[in-house]
Amino acid sequence: MNRIEQLFNRKSERVLNVYFTAGYPTLNDTVSIMQSLEASGADLIEIGIPFSDPIADGPTIQESNGIALDNGMTLKLLLEQLEGVREKVNIPIILMGYINPIVQYGIEAFCQKCEEVGVDGLILPDLPMFEYLEVYKPLFEKHGLLNIFLITPQTSESRIREIDENSNGFIYMVSSASTTGAKTGISQDQEAYFSRIKEMNLKNPTLIGFGISNKETFDKACENANGAIIGSAFIKAISQEGEVANNINEFIQSVKG
Amino acid sequence: MKVKVDERGYYGNFGGAYIPEMLYPNMEELRDNYERIMQSEDFQEEFQSLLKDFVGRPTPLYFAKRLSQKYGAKVYLKREDLCHTGAHKVNNTIGQILMAQRLGKKKIIAETGAGQHGVATATVCALMGVECIVYMGAVDMERQKPNVERMRILGAEVRAAESGSKTLKDATNEAMRHWINNPTDTHYIIGSVVGPHPYPEMVARFQSVISEEIRKQLLSHEGTEKPNYVVACVGGGSNAAGAFFHYYDDEDVQLVAVEAAGLGNDSGESAATTVLGKPGVLHGSKTLLMQTEDGQVVEPYSISAGLDYPGIGPVHAHLFETGRAQFYSATDEEAMQAGIELSRLEGIIPAIETAHAFAALDRMTFKPNDIVVINLSGRGDKDLETYIKWGKY
Repeated sequence: MNRIEQLFNRKSERVLNVYFTAGYPTLNDTVSIMQSLEASGADLIEIGIPFSDPIADGPTIQESNGIALDNGMTLKLLLEQLEGVREKVNIPIILMGYINPIVQYGIEAFCQKCEEVGVDGLILPDLPMFEYLEVYKPLFEKHGLLNIFLITPQTSESRIREIDENSNGFIYMVSSASTTGAKTGISQDQEAYFSRIKEMNLKNPTLIGFGISNKETFDKACENANGAIIGSAFIKAISQEGEVANNINEFIQSVKG
Repeated sequence: MKVKVDERGYYGNFGGAYIPEMLYPNMEELRDNYERIMQSEDFQEEFQSLLKDFVGRPTPLYFAKRLSQKYGAKVYLKREDLCHTGAHKVNNTIGQILMAQRLGKKKIIAETGAGQHGVATATVCALMGVECIVYMGAVDMERQKPNVERMRILGAEVRAAESGSKTLKDATNEAMRHWINNPTDTHYIIGSVVGPHPYPEMVARFQSVISEEIRKQLLSHEGTEKPNYVVACVGGGSNAAGAFFHYYDDEDVQLVAVEAAGLGNDSGESAATTVLGKPGVLHGSKTLLMQTEDGQVVEPYSISAGLDYPGIGPVHAHLFETGRAQFYSATDEEAMQAGIELSRLEGIIPAIETAHAFAALDRMTFKPNDIVVINLSGRGDKDLETYIKWGKY
């Protein structure tokens, strides 16, 4: 069974997924950040494949993408860095990235390599549904990769049903109409959206992302979904002075409380 | 050969709608409604009347006598530089503001490179009394100052894009981010035949008034609707798409697209996508794209702020792949010389973008009776400083 499915079978509450950009703050941090995340109690790891034009991301992640690229990070190098990672890290690993670098790598070769190194799932925000169904799905299935779709407060009920039908692993609930890191705190409108989704009784678990930055917002998200995803706030935490491993531990503890 | 978009927004292998879920409802709304709105009588009436009385259409198809003598062919200029606001861009912004109103949108965002699309958007927003924010690369704001001021006078807010190369690509990224953050009440007026479906087709159709008029005007000038060549510059490619539109199926009409080669295609400072690009996905569509082996988008360069885009519209990628259009590229130097030549021979100072189209004439060989139509897409007022610096006048 895929590690993401195993996780949700075992744990249905307060699941913490943490995003970081591969190659940031320095080129070779990828695996050590993953080890620190697991040791600190993160449940899932989402590794961002840096892209020159990340349109769904706000300034913090955008900047980390730029620095990672300047550091020399490439998708090829990331997959090389992940070789042998399964001897060091047990929790599920998701790669998140815009479609162009993956298309250039070659989708079949990419899926094969993901399976080899032990990647469990993919988040490709600009991959259209019909392309996924026609071209990508058979490849993902062949290589044991789960595909995670996003929904937003504007996503229609019928589309949410369609997404639920075609997703596996979990559904990424974007908390508000925004790019990453744009908003902090959770409003009444958002709570209404959260309960609307809850009442839909989707077959997939849900994790809330965007705007989750601390214990308060994490707790709020966990009241409304199976857990949450933290990105920009984590990138800020590892950008601070001091040893990265310590910063990670402190940040994760502060969120989980 | 039919050049036609399919229901998923593809022209052959290029196009589509590669967008994050956050933009899906906006694109779905537009996709499901644009056709109906565009064909409605009330829309067409208002659109046609504004094109005539506000934009000043039809623009002349002018026989350029001295240019014709020089190149040994009958050279006609489609005078889009005479459109209100100084470029073809306004044909599209008029169409899109009417579209936005009918979709119930209250605010407008846009991206701009040379500023012509920004000015055209600011203009139609002023005309309709709608709030307008235009994203422009910080570098482009510097080199196209008169247009920045024009937008501000028209009441638009110009926001500097400070990421990447601080040019058109980055302005487009920022506009898309703005749209993601303001999805319900805002319409994004894209200025070229780029972006997710249905933008490339919608923009091309608003611009197709250019080739529609060329056909009629050429018939009265020459007794034929069909020239031997239609020539246009290509950044994203909206003026070229407009000039080519009604000729796609006339295979005896040669379509010639001219890209910006910057300091030369081998110099690392170019924007000639068909020479340097390969298939990839940017700004919502699959097209030809300048990129690294790893799929990172390469920063393009051109002296013209409107052509330094790392991709081309998917329809142009299709025209290139199928050989329906011929693609040339002109360097900064060649374009500037062609711009000065047009100024001296015909008394028309073209936009530097447009000057690239004229530079291609040197590469082409004509028979004496060949009819050549060049789309004179914009005027050069905004570029005076660049012309002055380049020519040391």
